Amino acid sequence: MSASHTQQPRRVVVTGLGATTPVGGSAPATWEAINAGRSGVRPLTQDWVAEHELPVTFAGSIHTSPADSGLAKVEIRRNDPSGQYALVAAREAWADAGSPEVEPERLGVAIGSGIGGVWTLLDQWEVMKAKGPRRVFPLTVPMLMPNGPAAAVSLDLSARAGAHCPVSACASGAEGMGLALEMIRSGRADVMVAGGTEAAIHPLPIAAFASMTALSNRNDEPERASRPYDVDRDGFVIAEGAGLMVLEAEEHAVARGATIYAEIVGAGMSSDAYHITAGEPEGAGAARAMQEAVADGGLSVEDIVHINAHATSTPVGDLAEAKAIRRAFGARADEIAVTATKSMTGHLLGAAGALEAVLTVQALHHRQVPATINLENKDPQIDLDVVTGTSRSLGDGDLAALNNSFGFGGVNVALAFRSWR
Amino acid sequence: MALSEQEILSGLAEIVNEETGLEPEEVQMDKSFTEDLDIDSLSMMTIVVNAEDKFGVRIPDDEVKNLTHVKDAVTYISNHQG
Repeated sequence: MSASHTQQPRRVVVTGLGATTPVGGSAPATWEAINAGRSGVRPLTQDWVAEHELPVTFAGSIHTSPADSGLAKVEIRRNDPSGQYALVAAREAWADAGSPEVEPERLGVAIGSGIGGVWTLLDQWEVMKAKGPRRVFPLTVPMLMPNGPAAAVSLDLSARAGAHCPVSACASGAEGMGLALEMIRSGRADVMVAGGTEAAIHPLPIAAFASMTALSNRNDEPERASRPYDVDRDGFVIAEGAGLMVLEAEEHAVARGATIYAEIVGAGMSSDAYHITAGEPEGAGAARAMQEAVADGGLSVEDIVHINAHATSTPVGDLAEAKAIRRAFGARADEIAVTATKSMTGHLLGAAGALEAVLTVQALHHRQVPATINLENKDPQIDLDVVTGTSRSLGDGDLAALNNSFGFGGVNVALAFRSWR
Repeated sequence: MALSEQEILSGLAEIVNEETGLEPEEVQMDKSFTEDLDIDSLSMMTIVVNAEDKFGVRIPDDEVKNLTHVKDAVTYISNHQG
């Protein structure tokens, strides 16, 4: 099945979706909640919030526990929560794709994580301090390593074409999709399970993000805290979960009669080299990633009808991305239905781009763009057509859309998708 | 009061079940940890540490390699319980 001798790059299609998120325990449940405008942001009820006097007391915690999603007790014990979420989403995506028959050597995994197994790392440090080194769980290292989830999914599906874990902060999941696209295009795999996972609602990351004033501290109104593009936005809401897709060479999917949701046509990546955490304020690097994704997909700027924006609800980030979209699309930006689904899910960090890629595919498949919630007074500097109120129909015909993800370190990733006729 | 070998076996079977998901009744005296129960060295270390806590014995790392079968572990624990 190797395509190493083909002239044109292989086309790559999306044949399976999986997600476990703050708003739902599956990809369809998440899509339904997002279109109903339901927030998954809630007060944190764990003892450690008060114990550490955390300045932020809410988050987008997972809607359905891994146990309720069908993971066995032993699987929960042997995987960090980030690995558990990846297994849940991978099994859903794989079943959704119809469990394709593929040689193990032609099946790969690319699952990014921004932070890795932070719960495992810090829990086991507590165990060691309390009980000594001999009591440290022997699976601590494979559980804390960021590629643990990719490895667990590779084992679960017998995927032997590669088990990769791009680590690029909040762009990790999107890089996973981009890497999978390249692996199939280049003929190194026929089928990939790709995306991202994150489980970092732990007191240390919360304290650390809060200490850099990245988080909203709207503790009295958690559901209204994530408000991209609103004048009163004050930071992002930390969240967790996983989003994964089965990506497949077009001829492989067509030959087995698979249901195709959309085509992933391009990826654009750039780095700002401007500041370790802040994005370049005029959005030059982000614009370049978007233009590259459009060109890589054989599209023109006129083809893009929808963008699922990175839009985390930070004062600086939302504005820089809005400028970047304007810079990349010029007057055509007026025709693009932009949405910020983080207004409901919060920010899944390394899984954000993957979840939002899933939502972008669903938007093309269902031909509708979900509305951004909590946008009550749009920042006048945001010169974009942001969908609010209710979901907006995208109409008929050939549709193309982008998903943006940006990460600390100056990372910019844009993915381009096209509707499947 | 010292536990009987049967009581140790059933306690060990619970630990194995917790760690691997194997049904407790599969953990029988004549079974090999690696060959029959498919328990790898990492899982074995967790089982050993949990057995130490449960039965109040110390099982030195050097001793673990001698515990190839369930009966070896049961006998060791039986002979060393406080």
